Amino acid sequence: MTERQHIIIKGVKEGLVFLLDDKCEFATLLDELQYKLEKTHQQLLTGPLVHIQVKLGARQVTEDDKDRIKNVIRSQGNLMIQSVESDAPKVDSQQEKQSNLQVLTSIVRSGQTYEHDGDLLLIGDLNPGGTLLCTGDIYVLGALRGTAHAGIGGRTDVIIATSFMRPTQLRIADVISRPPEEWMTGDAAMEFAFLNEGRMQIDKLAQLFRVRHNPIMFKGV
Amino acid sequence: MGEAIVVTSGKGGVGKTTTSANLGTALALLGKKVCMVDTDIGLRNLDVVMGLENRIIYDLVDVAEGRCRLNQALVKDKRFDELYMLPAAQTKDKDSVTPEQVRNMIVELKKEHDYVIIDCPAGIEHGFRNAIAGADRAIVITTPENAAVRDADRVIGLLEQEKIPSKLIINRIRQNMMKSGEMLDIDEICQVLAIDLVGIVPDDEKVISAANSGEPTVMNPASRAAIAYRNIARRILGDMVPLMLLDEKAGAFKRFRKFLGIG
Repeated sequence: MTERQHIIIKGVKEGLVFLLDDKCEFATLLDELQYKLEKTHQQLLTGPLVHIQVKLGARQVTEDDKDRIKNVIRSQGNLMIQSVESDAPKVDSQQEKQSNLQVLTSIVRSGQTYEHDGDLLLIGDLNPGGTLLCTGDIYVLGALRGTAHAGIGGRTDVIIATSFMRPTQLRIADVISRPPEEWMTGDAAMEFAFLNEGRMQIDKLAQLFRVRHNPIMFKGV
Repeated sequence: MGEAIVVTSGKGGVGKTTTSANLGTALALLGKKVCMVDTDIGLRNLDVVMGLENRIIYDLVDVAEGRCRLNQALVKDKRFDELYMLPAAQTKDKDSVTPEQVRNMIVELKKEHDYVIIDCPAGIEHGFRNAIAGADRAIVITTPENAAVRDADRVIGLLEQEKIPSKLIINRIRQNMMKSGEMLDIDEICQVLAIDLVGIVPDDEKVISAANSGEPTVMNPASRAAIAYRNIARRILGDMVPLMLLDEKAGAFKRFRKFLGIG
């Protein structure tokens, strides 16, 4: 194959462990697997029945992908697949899904609740008695006077940002904060709430880059 | 074809019935043909405020259940020829009529009258559903208290869902408390509720004495609340009337003292 091996085959007591690289292209991996089984490691295939454990590392795979790996290995008569394991963190796939931003143009009034899976941008006010629930960030372009709960799925890296911060209650993940008793800022304009070591904190929006820094690639001269 | 306006607030005791009675009377004063409908079945008050309690023969539930015609149940006001009232039943409860029945009655009444003023019960349950069923627009009453503003906000949300446009009246304003910051500011309330303000009514003891005597305040031009209600009625008719200056209570003498620096 090419300059680098993507598949390491190890012998253990129960049989063989296939360690598959988790950085390269999936197609490369399949090709190499096929190549190894058919060309370079034929001695494996001639012996008795061998149990195989496949370890995928941190690679994100679908059930289809797993089946394709299994099919390549199964095509050799004496190899029996015991397990296909992946250590990919589950949260990653959720985060990918949550990056969808919903824009809501409305006043959320007392008694009204809006729930969304992802990030939420409300253009309008959130009034006392109204509730926003959201798995990702909450941005309110207007006055936040009601209850905002960001990260309802348990994410603690989310923020609640607003042009006017006068909430009844703020929640991030399972941390609850009652503003007038726990903190009160001066003019309440352009602020955001975030979790710092498990505690709710408020800061000016201009400071958000200290919490979350996305480097900007400048184009041009 | 007339217009049906529901007077509602969510919270009790902010002045729905008083406002209904005074707006109805003020519109009649301006020469309109008006019918007031009390939908607070079981706790009717509009007849008491109007001083028409002893003239009731049939009520809204009788009409709904077909014991009488709609015209038979209407009580004519003792002061105006073109002011009527459809009283609520006192012995039944809110479930005795359906929103559909109320809507049909309002449609009938709109044929005969320029304005149908619907007095809504407190709360947001069945009685509220009945009251807003036939309404073309709504007037939401609040007072400068947090609790009343919250409930008004809730009600505005429900009205928005029913696609009924609403306007705001802030009732029982005390200028001195508002100035000292003890009471919510008018601007603050309008900011939160985000609907058009159709009028402000100052707190006035004459309103209480008028309600007890069965004579709507609006009949007494010496009362500041009466002027406020008349202004609101004119705004409903489409006139441009500036908001009442709450300071004007300070008389000429007081202003003179202030000018000299001893007031």
